[in-house]
Amino acid sequence: MTPQTPLLSVRGITRNYGARIGCADVSFDLWPGEVMGIVGESGSGKSTLLSCIAGHLTPDTGSLIYDTRADGPRDVLAMPEPERRMLGRTDWAFVHQNPRDGLRMGVSAGGNVGERLMAVGARHYGDIRAQATDWLERVEIDAGRIDDRPRQFSGGMQQRLQIARNLVTAPRLIFMDEPTGGLDVSVQARLLDLLRGLVRQMGLSAVIVTHDLAVVRLLADRIMVMKDGRVVEAGLTDQVLDDPQHAYTQLLVSSVLQV
Amino acid sequence: MSDYNFAYLDEQTKRMIRRAILKGVAVPGYQVPFASREMPMPYGWGTGGVQVTAACLMPSDRLKVIDQGADDTTNAVSIRRFFQRTADVAVTSHTHEATLIQTRHRIPEAPLREGQILVYQVPIPEPLRFLEPRETETRRMHALEDYGLMHVKLYEDIARNGTIATSYAYPVMVAGRYVMDPSPIPKFDNPKLSGSPALQLFGAGREQRIYAVPPYTGVVSLDFEDHPFEASKAPHACDLCGDDGSYLDEVITDDRGGRMFVCSDTDHCDCRQKAGHRGRLAMPETVQ
Repeated sequence: MTPQTPLLSVRGITRNYGARIGCADVSFDLWPGEVMGIVGESGSGKSTLLSCIAGHLTPDTGSLIYDTRADGPRDVLAMPEPERRMLGRTDWAFVHQNPRDGLRMGVSAGGNVGERLMAVGARHYGDIRAQATDWLERVEIDAGRIDDRPRQFSGGMQQRLQIARNLVTAPRLIFMDEPTGGLDVSVQARLLDLLRGLVRQMGLSAVIVTHDLAVVRLLADRIMVMKDGRVVEAGLTDQVLDDPQHAYTQLLVSSVLQV
Repeated sequence: MSDYNFAYLDEQTKRMIRRAILKGVAVPGYQVPFASREMPMPYGWGTGGVQVTAACLMPSDRLKVIDQGADDTTNAVSIRRFFQRTADVAVTSHTHEATLIQTRHRIPEAPLREGQILVYQVPIPEPLRFLEPRETETRRMHALEDYGLMHVKLYEDIARNGTIATSYAYPVMVAGRYVMDPSPIPKFDNPKLSGSPALQLFGAGREQRIYAVPPYTGVVSLDFEDHPFEASKAPHACDLCGDDGSYLDEVITDDRGGRMFVCSDTDHCDCRQKAGHRGRLAMPETVQ
């Protein structure tokens, strides 16, 4: 059965930096269980768009209708801040490119995973710890390292820890900003494999921003190509990547190095 | 004496501080910013507490000043003398006689009563400070009741030490709304914060914040269901007065491991000794 309402519908999101365009008039629908990739070169407005949707930046115009669990579709931008924060740590998740932005480096791995649980009211130490252990195992981190700080982890482990920390409250929507940036290819491959498994298993919807076409090919159902703050092409991933219509998309696809 | 305005501060300053106090009382646990003045003592010696005391003091008041429970240590003696000289108020060392008590890091053992004011000296008023360095962010967290981070600190305590090792400045929730730093009082004193008949005022001079716990306000120490809050103290009795229920200081008596435990509240200890209670190392009554 196909659901009747999209999980997130983005309408006319515009954000300017003074006279410069950050992103202009972006609209799309994200359906439950769907993974949307946003690609484009550096400075094309991908990250601005993601920050606007995830609530880190306030867009100048536009609306953001999210299908909340309790009250159905609501405009996130019109929500009071406490509600928006609650949404941001229960139903939504954000994976930063740099794990140091998304983790508390001075707090143990268990504390990092447990923070969201405690923020929504978990007050039983044993339960929090059991869930943290469970999640560390799910992202392939040895449970024996639960009391180690993220500083002592490798880059790939930090990124997996960040994912565990985000998914522990069973969100429905996850935003990822270059989740594999800065990792070597073999670690990237494992991380992508893990992400793909988790997304499918938990029925997550995701918005992934990346400049790596291989990542979207593997993860995304649909992609949008951005240039100079605007969406120049959108469609099914394979369709766009195999038969690019816009000149910029053609350039982008042909720029990928073949091994 | 006549060289100073009553209680050192000028009337406009006292008025400004009283406004902050009133706001603090109206919103229990909320840190009210105020224009802290330079006082004739260094920061860290109780400039916040002294300003709050000066703003509350009336000529009819009887003042008691304690420092870690003691009436006769440097900080307590100098602040008491300061107000004797600038306000000419009566002073006392007995908790039950005092109408206004300024304290550094203890709550007196004797129960407080209605009409008394307890003024705390606070070094760092922000309980989230060492978890979140940005002041803008901590204020936002208070505004939105976003206190998950406070429990992360307690979680880390248990993960590292097996139990909540925070033993002073133990975070509390005031009136079900604001998380507050009760100043560095031992967590043994935390239960006394709750439902106290006395008005409790907190002054941080360097950080320019005043906050308050009005009489009969509920104050809950944060904890986990499976690691409940425990008001701990050294497992001994006072070696002078024999009390096994009061908070104790450990005193090293020689360099061969000799030590004794004494009440940190000197007034409490004196009263008990005068009433005939004797501890392990107390002098026999005949010698006194």
